[in-house]
Amino acid sequence: MNLHYEIPSDDLAHAGEASSSVKKMLVQLGIDPVRIKKAAVSMYEAEINAVIHGGGGSAEVTIDSDKIVIRIIDNGPGIADLELAMQEGYTTASDDIREMGFGAGMGLPNMKRYADELDIQTRPDKGTIVTIVVYFHQ
Amino acid sequence: MGEYFHSVTLDEAKCKGCTNCIKRCPTEAIRVRHGKARIINERCIDCGECIRICPYHAKKAITDDLSVIDSFKYKIAIPAPTIYGQFKPEYSRNRILNTFCSIGFDDVYEVARAAEYVSDATRKLLSEDGAKKPLISSACPAVVRLIQVRFPNLIDNLIKLESPMEVAAKMAKKKTAEKKKIDPSDIGVFFITPCAAKATSVKAPYESKQSSVDGVISIKSIYLKLLAKIDRTDESRQLAQAGFEGIRWANSGGEGLAVETDSFLAVDGIHNVISILEAVENDKIESVDFIEALACTGGCLGGPLAVENVYVAKTRIKKHVEASKAVQKGSRLPLEPYDESIVWTEEIAYKPVLKLDSDIEKAMKKLETLERINKDLPGLDCGACGAPSCRALAEDIVRGNAYETDCIFKLRERVRDLAAQMKELEEKSPPTMG
Ligand SMILES: Nc1ncnc2c1ncn2[C@@H]1O[C@H](COP(=O)(O)OP(=O)(O)OP(=O)(O)O)[C@@H](O)[C@H]1O
Ligand code: SF4
Ligand SMILES: [Mg+2]
Repeated sequence: MNLHYEIPSDDLAHAGEASSSVKKMLVQLGIDPVRIKKAAVSMYEAEINAVIHGGGGSAEVTIDSDKIVIRIIDNGPGIADLELAMQEGYTTASDDIREMGFGAGMGLPNMKRYADELDIQTRPDKGTIVTIVVYFHQ
Repeated sequence: MGEYFHSVTLDEAKCKGCTNCIKRCPTEAIRVRHGKARIINERCIDCGECIRICPYHAKKAITDDLSVIDSFKYKIAIPAPTIYGQFKPEYSRNRILNTFCSIGFDDVYEVARAAEYVSDATRKLLSEDGAKKPLISSACPAVVRLIQVRFPNLIDNLIKLESPMEVAAKMAKKKTAEKKKIDPSDIGVFFITPCAAKATSVKAPYESKQSSVDGVISIKSIYLKLLAKIDRTDESRQLAQAGFEGIRWANSGGEGLAVETDSFLAVDGIHNVISILEAVENDKIESVDFIEALACTGGCLGGPLAVENVYVAKTRIKKHVEASKAVQKGSRLPLEPYDESIVWTEEIAYKPVLKLDSDIEKAMKKLETLERINKDLPGLDCGACGAPSCRALAEDIVRGNAYETDCIFKLRERVRDLAAQMKELEEKSPPTMG
């Protein structure tokens, strides 16, 4: 099944709603809880990044019986140095954002850790597309 | 007892079919059908939220009557530490405990004392390598059952040690059998409880095949009897054995303080517990070793079967804690050697109560239908259909337990369509009448 979510810009109060909705569905499908966690955490991180760094965007999610494919799309500034951004602790988040408990520089490393496949397409001033795949069976 | 025995039940006669409880339930376990609330057994975690919220007192917790103690020769009361918060501060702990002997019990053993043994075992677990941090206390059975239905990834974090209630029951029985040379089968141990979830744990335990507790009596049901006797009770018997660490367990934060880690988190109130467990599951809680989570606001002092207001009770517990601290000069009471294991003998497994179908293809079809129905519902979550939210109604519909027209807005739409059709038909006249 295909799902579409709008991701608001800079609205941290509602950030994470898409991933928690997807999580709820995976639970109702009876997916292994360990796999659900992998999908939910990696999607949450990508979703939050789109809110904070990407100026909002959308999520396109496809679930079938053996995997979930999550695409988080934004039209923001893009990631200047992807290799650097992937490092634990690297962040460009402002002090305000850090005060709200984000900006530890752990989002991308966590995505890498939890996604079975992770692909990031990013172009300066064009935006970023993060694709996450999690398989439901080994 | 069946797997789905619950202490929390509905008093049909009192239920008015209002929708207060369905919205409050943390596991969406209640629906209103035919004017009465229905509890979905496999989802209920016995947290007692519905007992507290119901304006008509139609939700109750099944516990035993005081007369259960009559079927045993030697009767021991094991009161939860919450008991100390229920009486005016001028009554000493020892007087409160002795009063149980004035209403029919032969002996009293404090659950607070057993809590000190559980704290000791927890401290050992925390210092072991390889423990899955944060360790989560299993002292509150409603939280254990919540984890079982909603947070399967945290089952391994649970501390699989028996509750102070179980440990107290075992210790009291063993000691009495040895000292008084009484056949253990003649000894009855009765938990005096503020808690509905613990009553369920005795009748349908998850941590062992059978509980050591022989009956569960609510504080509410015997409070007046105790009050009538407390002034005239002889308090010469030394029944108070617990130290301040055990007494403090009644309060939220008490267990956390007893395990002595720099980084513990104490959370109370079932909805707060859910937020914290969600954060733990998503790796959003850093450098916390131990989590004390209690379903009731204010901890067990706020239990649905307690009598005194939780905040008043809190202040009183503090007084008892300070008094014991002074006697103990701030240090911990020594524990007698206790050689029996208090580790759970049964495992708990994930209960996927939200799963739509055991066949993933079928579940997927149902989920698609559910989403389609949900999109079509007004999204007001008004509860008039008897489900806690529009999405929950959509879920009930695909499970075959409800109809789209249970939604009053959908019903009105249908009526309007029908009316339009009737009008159209009415305007048509037979050709002969032209
Ligand atoms: N969608 C995006 N658009 C633009 N820049 C991004 C995007 N995602 C990540 N970045 C950049 O990569 C950096 C690292 O991202 P990462 O998610 O690892 O950490 P963070 O978001 O700063 O902090 P945390 O995720 O721990 O709250 C960000 O600070 C930001 O500069
Ligand atoms: S907080 Fe205490 S009284 Fe309330 S459900 Fe948990 S164990 Fe029972
Ligand atoms: Mg991030």
